[in-house]
Amino acid sequence: MESTAHLRPGTQFAAYRVQEKLREGGMALLYRVAAGDGGEAGLLKVPKLEFGSHPACYAGFEVEQMILGRLAGPHVPRLLASGESDFGPYLVMEEIAGKSLAEFAAGAPLPAAEVARLGVALASALHDLHRQEVVHHDLKPSHVILREDGRAALIDFGLAFHGHLPDLAEAESEKPLGTPAYISPEQIAGVRGDPRSDVFSLGVVLYLLATGRLPFGEPTGMGGLRRRLYFDPLPPRRIVADLPEWLQEIILHCLEVRADDRYATAAQVAHDLQHPDQVTLTQRGRRRKRAGPLVAAKRWLAALSAEPPPRRAPTAHLALAPQVLVAIDTDSDSEPLFQALRDATRRIVGGERHWRVSCVSVLEPSLLTEQEDGAEIMRGLHMQRLVELHHWAQPLGLPQERLRFHVLEGRDVPARLIEYARASHADHIIIGARGSSGRRRLLGSVSSRVASEAPCTVTVVRVSHSAGMNTESADA
Amino acid sequence: MKIAVLADIHANLEALRACLAHAAREGATQYVFLGDLVGYGADPVACLGLLADHAARGALLVRGNHDDAALGGLCETMNFVAREATYWTRAQLGGGERAFLAALPYTARRDDLLFVHADVNAPGKWNYITSSLQAGRCMDAAQATLTFAGHVHHPSLYFAAGSGVHHFQPVAGAPILLTGRRRWLAIGGSVGQPRDGNNAAAYALYDEEQRTLKYFRVPYDHLSAARKILAAGLPERLALRLHRGE
Repeated sequence: MESTAHLRPGTQFAAYRVQEKLREGGMALLYRVAAGDGGEAGLLKVPKLEFGSHPACYAGFEVEQMILGRLAGPHVPRLLASGESDFGPYLVMEEIAGKSLAEFAAGAPLPAAEVARLGVALASALHDLHRQEVVHHDLKPSHVILREDGRAALIDFGLAFHGHLPDLAEAESEKPLGTPAYISPEQIAGVRGDPRSDVFSLGVVLYLLATGRLPFGEPTGMGGLRRRLYFDPLPPRRIVADLPEWLQEIILHCLEVRADDRYATAAQVAHDLQHPDQVTLTQRGRRRKRAGPLVAAKRWLAALSAEPPPRRAPTAHLALAPQVLVAIDTDSDSEPLFQALRDATRRIVGGERHWRVSCVSVLEPSLLTEQEDGAEIMRGLHMQRLVELHHWAQPLGLPQERLRFHVLEGRDVPARLIEYARASHADHIIIGARGSSGRRRLLGSVSSRVASEAPCTVTVVRVSHSAGMNTESADA
Repeated sequence: MKIAVLADIHANLEALRACLAHAAREGATQYVFLGDLVGYGADPVACLGLLADHAARGALLVRGNHDDAALGGLCETMNFVAREATYWTRAQLGGGERAFLAALPYTARRDDLLFVHADVNAPGKWNYITSSLQAGRCMDAAQATLTFAGHVHHPSLYFAAGSGVHHFQPVAGAPILLTGRRRWLAIGGSVGQPRDGNNAAAYALYDEEQRTLKYFRVPYDHLSAARKILAAGLPERLALRLHRGE
């Protein structure tokens, strides 16, 4: 076998021709390659397997080979080829065009709106990864690329964990795996596979983007690493005085020491960053200083007696925190249907602990709102709808911080609902089936279009005839 | 080529047929039977007939302890139920079946794959691989990238790492890329007598080109298999075991 040092521009490698060496890291070499047969160009990665190189170098490469092959979608590079060649093991992946998040971080502190925009992209990418059974475990700005369309892609899966694959990364190391500045408390304790570990690292990234500083510095020793188990970071508003309270609330919520106290999913972080006005402010958002030594001592004691958390696959974690969307048409739905929608909502969120329910209604512009003072009328209607949504949800008796209310506007009601479901990473949509009104015959059923086009499970709620609904109620 | 590896069939015709049909749907073109073809179940002759057809078409087979016992000997190391089943099985086999079993090797090799019923370290001793330590010794003796074993009836995957040998509990249907330059030991579980609390038949499928391994669970008509065991006068416990998968 020839050494990888021979990979000079022009070298033929499997079905690819080497164009240039991009990077030589501690563990692997990265080249840009062109496909010889007119196929797609990409990035070639070969592990360093020279005499004296650590076995972990190869494990990281294997993990990436195993996991990239199982991932799909816009938030990860596509694996184009992998295997053994004359030069040893290799993989070729898509080169993602865009700007590294590290370049954005270099300009920090960034304005709150920009932090939110980048945060939504990153949280959405993470949630997509978690849904595919993978926890990244090494999230940091240099491992995120912002595509030109605004979506984020995650790279470097050398330390990642897949719920259905052997954990080769863990098997090669007895030290905590991750980058010291970004690693979560449970990762320091050696617990892997919890998506909320990535939520913690997301909090570190958001903190950095918002303040220009790392919340826990860049510790080198184990003692320095473990400080984050007991001590809070400085509240971001102490560093950037005009940072909004909602942003501090979100960042510190991600950075909670106990995983159970953090956001349950990256989707919830994305949703809050998209709708700052709906973030429930607690002392976290208003805090001006860190917790004192007494709290640190308490945490230290708690850490001593802490039981290891139950092992769950990443998607089993997500299943504990479903995002539920209830579509309510306060104009046309009737009281029995409202009740049936509430019953369905209760049944669906029943057993889960960290669910979140978005109550959504779509306001359609009418002749009235298109006249001169239409905008004013629309604002009034908007407020009226919002009040009606709250009124609908009130009998549910659910905790306020788990509810969100949104009035959307648009003529194409199903399209708006589906768009919202996508943006909020909804796991379940609950929608009422309306009776056979003339309007429905004319426009088609909203619920049937939502049911057929939604990116998730849809429950269509229908009131039984005996409950006094329209006796002609037809299929959704 | 996709290789279906079926272990511990134990004369369970319903389970064997269900797994073979499943493997064919998954695109298997090569079959390996990892021993314990007979013993416990009520269909040794029919199963061996089916397996002989596969052997004639190029399937690989290795010998298990129950195949050994069916040929003769004292079987003093076996428990009462296993011994009863062995004596019953011996009475069913004719000369052709006995010759077929007697010709089975302890191990079989195909490129860098090694197949064994129990433990490569001492194939005739029928050790159970129940720890990473034993798995490590087995892989050392195998001198193969990937070793397939049966005998323990619990699906498992062991792999060698810098810090020793590690165990992984496979998830049914999830493809696992078995990277080169690392040794792997795959135990696919039992076709004819699952014992991990799941009564569905278990087997593994290895894709040579993709280097991926999949573990499968295949539900089969265990009620018929159990009924035949009772009808044959075999110990009732063997019928119950198929129902409970333990």
